[in-house]
Amino acid sequence: MTSLARLADAGFVTEAPTPAARAEAERAMIAKARRIAKIAAEHAADVDARSRFPQEAFDALKQERLLGIMVPAVQGGEEASLSTIAEICTALAQACASTGMIYAMHQIKASSLVVHCGDDPWHAGFMTRIAREQLLLASATTEGGGVGGDLRSSICGVIRDGDDFTLEKEGCLISYGAQADAILITSRRTPEAPPSDQVMSVLTKDQYRLERSHVWNTMGMRGTCSDNFSFAGRAPARQIIPTPFAEIAAQSMLPHAHLLWASVWYGIAAEAVARAEGFVRGEARKKPGSTPPGALRLAELLVRLQQFKGLIIAGLDRYERVRGDADELSSMGFVVAMNSIKVAASESVGEIVSQAFLICGIQGYRNDSPASLARLMRDALSAPIMINNDRILGNTSNLLAVYKHDPSLSR
Amino acid sequence: MKTKIREILKTTGKLPGDVAALADDADLYNAGLTSFGTVELMMALEEAFDVEFPDTMMNRRNFASIAAIANAIQAIQSENV
Ligand SMILES: Cc1cc2nc3c(=O)[nH]c(=O)nc-3n(C[C@H](O)[C@H](O)[C@H](O)COP(=O)(O)OP(=O)(O)OC[C@H]3O[C@@H](n4cnc5c(N)ncnc54)[C@H](O)[C@@H]3O)c2cc1C
Repeated sequence: MTSLARLADAGFVTEAPTPAARAEAERAMIAKARRIAKIAAEHAADVDARSRFPQEAFDALKQERLLGIMVPAVQGGEEASLSTIAEICTALAQACASTGMIYAMHQIKASSLVVHCGDDPWHAGFMTRIAREQLLLASATTEGGGVGGDLRSSICGVIRDGDDFTLEKEGCLISYGAQADAILITSRRTPEAPPSDQVMSVLTKDQYRLERSHVWNTMGMRGTCSDNFSFAGRAPARQIIPTPFAEIAAQSMLPHAHLLWASVWYGIAAEAVARAEGFVRGEARKKPGSTPPGALRLAELLVRLQQFKGLIIAGLDRYERVRGDADELSSMGFVVAMNSIKVAASESVGEIVSQAFLICGIQGYRNDSPASLARLMRDALSAPIMINNDRILGNTSNLLAVYKHDPSLSR
Repeated sequence: MKTKIREILKTTGKLPGDVAALADDADLYNAGLTSFGTVELMMALEEAFDVEFPDTMMNRRNFASIAAIANAIQAIQSENV
């Protein structure tokens, strides 16, 4: 036994888990998520029909302690890798896309704290609370008054009042705003600051009032309960994240949002392919000895699904390799890559589900058949407008007067 | 080279303040350089110094100050000879 191990044994130092122990722990988290996905699947139709929060799945996620897994070990979390979290998003989304998307959005908010706030006493303490109390985090970046999906622009500003600040934001679309335990909200640094000089603040639900102005009655992603609210809050000024929001948006939100959204959409696509497979297997059994006509289309669909998977895996791999490298994270190449992943993934999911319709035919079109693709299609259609693809392509196009892509395969 | 960079900064990059008053190592982002301004600035620098910034150099740090820009351009020029 090494002397360090002996000290650890005696409880004097805690040794970092070995890579094998860490891998084992992450596999266990994914296994729990797969069990919870069964609960989500049971209630998915009701969540969709009534446009209600997937309470059963989130009770189980809290119970199994999967809400705090991104939080670093020093703050009492599991410090799970982004790949593990992405796998959980996929597993949940296969069962219920709204559940997967809420989980993804929660983890995207956690990433702002995990990446930028480790050294800040209030936010480090709050991360401890996320892990211990399994708090659910929501996001208020959208704003009425023409800001829409332009997350790097705010109208409202933080108003200092002694040691506190107040913030009022109109017309924000806040998914599961009514169910969240805390909201991370963007605004100008002061009411007089330029629209892009933004900060992000963390307010817990006892510190704000939400007034619902519009109910989320949409085609799909109905369980996200993304109602519009007017937000009015007051909290100690130390709850404002010290890192400028410009940096948070570029360095952690961009990769986390685009990779985890893509993982949710992949889950929808994978479920559509699973239903098409089930349909083709059924046909094959009806006429043994002949290949069903849909099988060729299914073979084609598996090609598309493989491409989609490769896209996300390469993106996760790139992020994990450079996560500590501020130069690489702030490079144009990284921004273009993460934007391209969002656009490609959001297009793929719709294309894959609609191709699956050709295979499942009327059974896919029905709402009440095991091969139904109806909810999946409605959920998939949210992807290109969840931050409009034209807006994202527009952002990339602004770089092209100087940008040259890196032709290497491995970067 | 820094003088030439400073001249370019006066007309491109849309910095709101007085460029002459900026120290060589002053943070240009704090001085109001936006990502759109950075693109404009890169274009003007490529033109003026007859260089091309490769993908690996187009990051925040290399355009964070007049001194950083000078270093970046020197690095490209020394690779080209
Ligand atoms: C399921 C779901 C959940 C969401 N949850 C949240 C949440 O929890 N919190 C939150 O803050 N937001 C949330 N959003 C909102 C999201 O962040 C975007 O704000 C929203 O998808 C964009 O809506 P929009 O089409 O009104 O706005 P915009 O992006 O402003 O688009 C409006 C129109 O402008 C056009 N356009 C394209 N490019 C540009 C450009 N460069 N400039 C101007 N206009 C352009 C587009 O064609 C589009 O039709 C959610 C969205 C979805 C779909």
